[in-house]
Amino acid sequence: MSAIEATGLTKRFGTVQALAGVDLSAAEGTVLGVLGPNGAGKTTAVRILCTILQADEGSAFVAGVDVARHPQRVRELIGLAGQYAAVDENLTGRENLRMVGMLTHMGRRAARTRAAELLERFELTDAGDRPARTYSGGMRRRLDLAAALVHRPPVLFLDEPTTGLDPSSRTGLWGVVEDLVADGTTVLLTTQYLEEADRLADRVVVIDRGSVIAQGTPGELKRTLGATIIEFTIPEPAEAARARSALAAVPGTVDGEDGLVRLAVTDGGAALMDAVRALDAAGVRPAAAAVREPTLDDVFLALTGHAVETPAEEVAA
Amino acid sequence: MSTQAMSARAVIPPSPGTVERVRNAVSDALVITWRNLLTIRRLPQLLVFATIQPLLFVLMFRYVFGGAIQVPGVDYVNYLMPGIFAQTVAFGAINTGVGLAEDRGKGLIERLRSLPMARSAVLAGRTTADLTRNVLVVGLMLAVGFAVGFRVQTDVFKLALGIVVLLAFGFALSWVFALIGLSVANAESAQAASFPIMLPLVFASSAFVSTTTMPDWLTPFAEHQPVTAAVDAVRALVLGGPWGTEVLTTLAWSAGIVAVFAPLAIRRYRLG
Ligand SMILES: Nc1ncnc2c1ncn2[C@@H]1O[C@H](COP(=O)(O)OP(=O)(O)OP(=O)(O)O)[C@@H](O)[C@H]1O
Ligand SMILES: [Mg+2]
Repeated sequence: MSAIEATGLTKRFGTVQALAGVDLSAAEGTVLGVLGPNGAGKTTAVRILCTILQADEGSAFVAGVDVARHPQRVRELIGLAGQYAAVDENLTGRENLRMVGMLTHMGRRAARTRAAELLERFELTDAGDRPARTYSGGMRRRLDLAAALVHRPPVLFLDEPTTGLDPSSRTGLWGVVEDLVADGTTVLLTTQYLEEADRLADRVVVIDRGSVIAQGTPGELKRTLGATIIEFTIPEPAEAARARSALAAVPGTVDGEDGLVRLAVTDGGAALMDAVRALDAAGVRPAAAAVREPTLDDVFLALTGHAVETPAEEVAA
Repeated sequence: MSTQAMSARAVIPPSPGTVERVRNAVSDALVITWRNLLTIRRLPQLLVFATIQPLLFVLMFRYVFGGAIQVPGVDYVNYLMPGIFAQTVAFGAINTGVGLAEDRGKGLIERLRSLPMARSAVLAGRTTADLTRNVLVVGLMLAVGFAVGFRVQTDVFKLALGIVVLLAFGFALSWVFALIGLSVANAESAQAASFPIMLPLVFASSAFVSTTTMPDWLTPFAEHQPVTAAVDAVRALVLGGPWGTEVLTTLAWSAGIVAVFAPLAIRRYRLG
């Protein structure tokens, strides 16, 4: 049975088509990663699945319950940590969690116990009786996630949960998600980081401008692209062209733009040696060279032929 | 995935019955009230700000304009204070909208909307907390009034009734501003959108001067609007004279305002 099943979701805001027919599905106890650049429609999809927003068209079921027809039942089954930590700044961490406990009707005493338990689990016990206004960004995020877990929801929605976290908090949060999934929770997670999807997601859906443009396991996605990116900076156009034809002999895909020659390969080490030899033989001397993991940008470039575009309004926001 | 895990996860909670729904709605509203009152306790300056404006009005009308305003047969300070009380609750109602807009801006309402709580609770909890705050603010203004020479001409029970009527009126107005607070982009807009509504109601009323001194075109409005009704009710109760009609008119206005604006505000909340 699918814990999350959405078919043909569309949503329009004025002239903006935020979703143009999106299908999403996550089996129980798995993590579905939703990747996409700014403005792709990730948050809109999450808000529809969390009953905060109504889709214009399409249907969605969470744990088998229709979100449009029985939203209140769906709310019993989900936890949401939105893109921006929604904690009450004037309440302490403990009071925030107790409030959610009371509002999910678990009873005063259970809410109190659960709050203490979650503060402990998210290493907030020491700060638990301070107003959340005094928390750092990372602490707020942790509190926000804790609030989403208060009533032990079987389905969890995390909208860019690690944006703005330092590397160690990020790893910590990944650990929490893995524990939850091990206990049978289904997680839908949006992210802009391929690395995060790679680490956590069983399946990944890439959306762009409101449509699904690719899906599969993280491995499949990366294989469409190569596991490693080798980049040479070659400012001189004629030399760059020569480099491109020389690199065509190396297994992998070559592309690039103004002064950059990019090679996506599966076996990084051997390919790097081949590439260097090929360039040397062609008499090309790159100004700089880099070897790196593919990023979401690369996936995008490969999938759509256009780089991740940031709509002007998003930049302003 | 084991079949056991599946059946455990597939449990759909049954729809609660009416009794339980009502009980949850009340309990949810109380939780939100608790949360809002905690905010007031954490930020007592909110309470101070809420009293500064009416306090300035008392000083201005008592000592600056008061000498120039003649109300036959009454000491002006006794005439003024019921108007100040009404002004206090009327402007205080704006806070309902500002607070809601603030919560919405911080994404808090989004989180609450994803919880299985009653759809009315956020609004009912806010208006109830604001009612409690009004009790404190009106209490403070009463003390200010006594300090500048205000004296009740009737008895303490009529004064108490007057305060209850005012609080009911303030509660009703809160729902108007709840609707505004949920409809605008942010707290500043809530404030900006509310003043143009509140100013004419408060100043084109009997709060500070008798409506008979106003130009002919304004009198019909001034005499038949809710703030005038509330001021007249309290004034009759504390200065003496017949008060039944005035009190009933104010309560009718309050009930009418709630009946219209509470459903509109809750609908607005549902829509997001
Ligand atoms: N309430 C709204 N009113 C108007 N337009 C909206 C609204 N919500 C979203 N949009 C628009 O819909 C599109 C998709 O937005 P959405 O927030 O779903 O993107 P996202 O993938 O979550 O982006 P980000 O990575 O920046 O969070 C954007 O163009 C956005 O401007
Ligand atoms: Mg988003």
